Amino acid sequence: MKVSYQWLKEYVDINDLTPQELAEKLTRSGIEVEGIESLNAGVTGVVIGYVQEREKHPDADRLSVCKVDVGKEELLQIVCGAPNVAQGQKVPVAMIGAVLPGDFKIKKSKLRGVESQGMICSAKELGLNDKLLSKDQQEGILILPEDAELGMDATEYLGLDDHVLELGLTPNRSDCLSMLGVAYEVAAILGREVIFPDTSVEENGDANPLKVDIVATEDCYQYAGRHFTGATIKSAPQWMKNRLMAAGIRPINNVVDVTNYVLLEYGQPLHAFDAKEVADHHIVVRLGQEGEKLTTLDDQERTLDEETLVIADPTKGLAVAGVMGGANSEIVSGTEEIILESAYFTPKTIRRTAKMLGMRTEGCVRWEKGVDQTRVRQAADRAAHLIQKLSGAKVSKGVVDTTVKVVEPVTVSVTLEKINIHLGTDMDASIVADIFSRLQFELDQKEEAGTVLFTVTVPTRRGDITLSEDLIEEVARLFGYDNIPTTLPGGEVIQGSLTREQKLRRMVRNHLIGAGLHETVSYGLLHPDKLAKFSGLQDDRNLRPVPLAMPLSEEHSVLRTNLITSLVGTAMYNKNRQTHDLAFFELGQVFLSEQEQLNELPEERLYLGGLLTGNFISVNWMGVKAPVDFYTVKGLMESLLSRLGINQQSVQYVANSERKGMHPGRTADVQIDGKTVGFLGQLHPQSEKEFDLDETFVFQFDLEELFQYANTFNDYKLLPKYPAITRDFALVVDRSMPVAKLEKLIREASGELLESVTLFDVYMGDRIASDKKSVAYSIVYRHAERTLQDEEIQQITAKVIEALTEAGVELRS
Amino acid sequence: MSNQGGTADKYFVPDFMGRKFFCFSLTKDCKGEIVVQTRLQQMKEHALDKLKHVAEAQELQELRVKFLGKKGELTEILRGMGALSAEERPKIGQLVNEVREAIEETIASKQNEIEKRILEAKLAKQTIDVTLPGLPVATGTMHPLTRIIEELEDIFIGLGFEVAEGPEVELDHYNFEMLNLPKDHPARDMQDSFYITEEILLRTQTSPVQARTMLKKEGKTPVKIICPGKVYRRDDDDATHSHQFTQMEGLVVGKNISMSDLKGTLLTFARQMFGEDQQIRLRPSFFPFTEPSVEVDLQCVICHGEGCRVCKQTGWIEILGAGMVHPRVLEMAGYNPQEVSGFAFGMGIERIAMLKYGVEDIRHFYTNDVRFLRQFNRS
Repeated sequence: MKVSYQWLKEYVDINDLTPQELAEKLTRSGIEVEGIESLNAGVTGVVIGYVQEREKHPDADRLSVCKVDVGKEELLQIVCGAPNVAQGQKVPVAMIGAVLPGDFKIKKSKLRGVESQGMICSAKELGLNDKLLSKDQQEGILILPEDAELGMDATEYLGLDDHVLELGLTPNRSDCLSMLGVAYEVAAILGREVIFPDTSVEENGDANPLKVDIVATEDCYQYAGRHFTGATIKSAPQWMKNRLMAAGIRPINNVVDVTNYVLLEYGQPLHAFDAKEVADHHIVVRLGQEGEKLTTLDDQERTLDEETLVIADPTKGLAVAGVMGGANSEIVSGTEEIILESAYFTPKTIRRTAKMLGMRTEGCVRWEKGVDQTRVRQAADRAAHLIQKLSGAKVSKGVVDTTVKVVEPVTVSVTLEKINIHLGTDMDASIVADIFSRLQFELDQKEEAGTVLFTVTVPTRRGDITLSEDLIEEVARLFGYDNIPTTLPGGEVIQGSLTREQKLRRMVRNHLIGAGLHETVSYGLLHPDKLAKFSGLQDDRNLRPVPLAMPLSEEHSVLRTNLITSLVGTAMYNKNRQTHDLAFFELGQVFLSEQEQLNELPEERLYLGGLLTGNFISVNWMGVKAPVDFYTVKGLMESLLSRLGINQQSVQYVANSERKGMHPGRTADVQIDGKTVGFLGQLHPQSEKEFDLDETFVFQFDLEELFQYANTFNDYKLLPKYPAITRDFALVVDRSMPVAKLEKLIREASGELLESVTLFDVYMGDRIASDKKSVAYSIVYRHAERTLQDEEIQQITAKVIEALTEAGVELRS
Repeated sequence: MSNQGGTADKYFVPDFMGRKFFCFSLTKDCKGEIVVQTRLQQMKEHALDKLKHVAEAQELQELRVKFLGKKGELTEILRGMGALSAEERPKIGQLVNEVREAIEETIASKQNEIEKRILEAKLAKQTIDVTLPGLPVATGTMHPLTRIIEELEDIFIGLGFEVAEGPEVELDHYNFEMLNLPKDHPARDMQDSFYITEEILLRTQTSPVQARTMLKKEGKTPVKIICPGKVYRRDDDDATHSHQFTQMEGLVVGKNISMSDLKGTLLTFARQMFGEDQQIRLRPSFFPFTEPSVEVDLQCVICHGEGCRVCKQTGWIEILGAGMVHPRVLEMAGYNPQEVSGFAFGMGIERIAMLKYGVEDIRHFYTNDVRFLRQFNRS
């Protein structure tokens, strides 16, 4: 809603406030002023002049030399380039010394040898919003009505000495979609009176011949019609046009402008019909018929349906109720007899129709939020008053008013105690009563059960107030939020804390950050094809990515089932920006469902994903290189699992050549006690090529699964008192044998005295057979209560050797 | 008097000029002086003089052998001691010790000097360019949105809140209806949503977590939670809009919870997050799930209230929406609004991060440009 400051002055006394001060007060009490626009874009020294003579410029075909009367003794000679300048026009004249928007100063000048003492201005040159002007007013100089006062300051005449307050209204405050509504609000803030417009009507015509039938009584509660004869359709006076334009409405003609003017004043949409197009002066408010066609004022043919509310006569549709009038009954130049509609349509019906037809007129906006039924008659009379005044029409006697239902004002109660408890205040009853009276709410106040009960009859203009809490809000905002004390919640206290899982998540993050990875956050909505290129964890399930019903783009149209796709996208983005060493991780939900048509929420799992490529230690002068490989990532994961207190013995890395998008020979599932909780490995070289990445390694875990095995309690063991004994073994085995098997053999054969098994060398090369590898272990034994004897160690190592030999392992030393 | 296998040379005793004199007697010289004494004196002087000019460890060692070694000069002189009388002997003995000590001391100090010099030379050789860069240690970073969330969590945990979470894909029922937004509510226009089916959508706010938490508590108080999480709205991405963003809402329900408690809680948050001198300002607003509703402004973090471009000269920046929980919301969640009251608030994490760090484009949070992420490396 755009509110003209000058116009608002007619309804409430704000002479002691600047537009800025008014805006601040409104904003602080609940009506946000989003902007204040000065209509004067920097115009001074422009007056209204009269073109007394116009001659062609002696040396230029397109220029005119005018003698202009600006109400001073001498005529000004002005050279004008506009083709539409003519003798006998009233025009805005920028005199010598005038300033136009953009700090354009008017000086005495010569144009092709002829002296010019000023400039005749166009609408644009005056900084007017020329989009709201008619085509002929947009081109050339601005021609003003004949009655414009000679010598008058043009900014005053054009209503430019004004500010427009742009209100950002919340959906509940549609009462402020009218000048009167804003006036009520300002009056309440300032404790002043609302001044009402003149609604007096001299019914100087014959009896009102209208007949109104409301058929659709669910959608239309009231229909009031006034009738006029002998109207003259012409341009509305400048002051009215100025106000409409300030509100962003294009002036059309005097009668249509009045309907819009009253719409702005009262928030009550009105419509005027050319009465001679309405058969039998008979208005029928009915629902549309399936396929019914109606050409609206904008010359579009609209197809209605059985839920569209239509204003009709007995033979044809005249208007889409509340949305737009029909072209057939438009007020045009030459219209003499007029029917004026002021009605109450329900918000629901208009919202639906406006949505169906894709139209949002000024009227729609107000209907959708609900108008105040008590203003139906007031607005009709106000419009009649203005139409009579501006068009010279005779007003027929009486209003034909068919009312099928009346929206009654509601009463709402609240106690002083509740107000004070809710706000944390200590107000007394008089403060509250004063606020209600400033709002002009009818109040009944009585002492009850040790407190004061306020019963308020809420005016129908404030349809947003239905609960005691709504009244508390009115009190709070007018009392002022700054005046409410500052406290902290008392009473029952609970201990603030994170859950176990939340703590573990933080730990995972901190661990990976400490290890040098950057945390990423990416979109949950992805392109289905990109998503399909990589694997989640539950490949055995027939998962279907959940699609949006109406995505904004295919790029973000399905919910992710894995994190790898996002991470690969991030890697590509960075590689394209010349960053080649990358190490990322992300914690994020994936959405798992097997349903084709979702009828229950998808399963959401918290995944941890990561991606590493390039060098893990960045290029340095020392020549230390650490290109990321499988074991870099595995090491990271081992350290993470160990940090989570997951027993390394229960973790198995199982080669998996089937993971989608992964290198078949460099990918391992991570299993704990036989259950797959994640995987890690290299991207498939084809994927790397497709996404233009170098060797890239990823990992992905189901954190919820992982956390089940987590144990962050540190078991303390006494430090050993007795020395350990270390034995090194070098074993030669088939290259294909996983070393995990060897370690398992060693562990099983070693028994309880084993402290640790460390693999310290793997050799494949010329010194042994080409299908073999040499693997070296350092094995530590220790007894907690005594020093181990040589014989014991010999026994154990014999066992180990035996077990290894049995398994076909050859001992090198 | 005996001569135990000495060579003739040994009978020469160098004088302080280095000249050698021949002596007939081992104990007395030509002038009748006690010969040993003179020899000792002369030897000492000679040794000290020699040592004075030593520069190398090797030479020092040789001199040590020459003067003090088993076959050295001092030993040689001592051999002559047998000829001394019993009363001369202790005198001479003492003198011998003095000479030995003097020479030893000089050798030791010379030794130190040489070692020191060697060490210095070694250190000079070992000197490196300390201005060369160190071996890079990979340092990761926490995503700025996570940082803000953790910071907020810690602030509110300090105020006795728990952190509640819920699904990102939600039922319309929890996302809207339980929050007093029935199907045809005009305020639903305010948030265009990503629907999957008519009943299932991507949550547009984290408020459904509040509804779910209250239902789970089955009417028990107090409820004191914050709900951080991802939310989705049908917005085209640009510098200030993102179809996915992060929110944190808070909810307190209990007996006599008031608007002043809301004010105090938010002031505490603002001061911990943005500085101890921060101020907040409440403005009336509208949300379907709170009544009264307010928007909360923070004193502009750029100009500290002076007025600047960022705050449009007002000195204030809007940072969150809040209000007293709507009685219908309490009712639907199983609480009696006659007995309990509550407040709720919600803020955009991106907005907080943008204000706190001065980030200009919301899309940076989701493109994960390493050059962006790396900047958040301080704790």
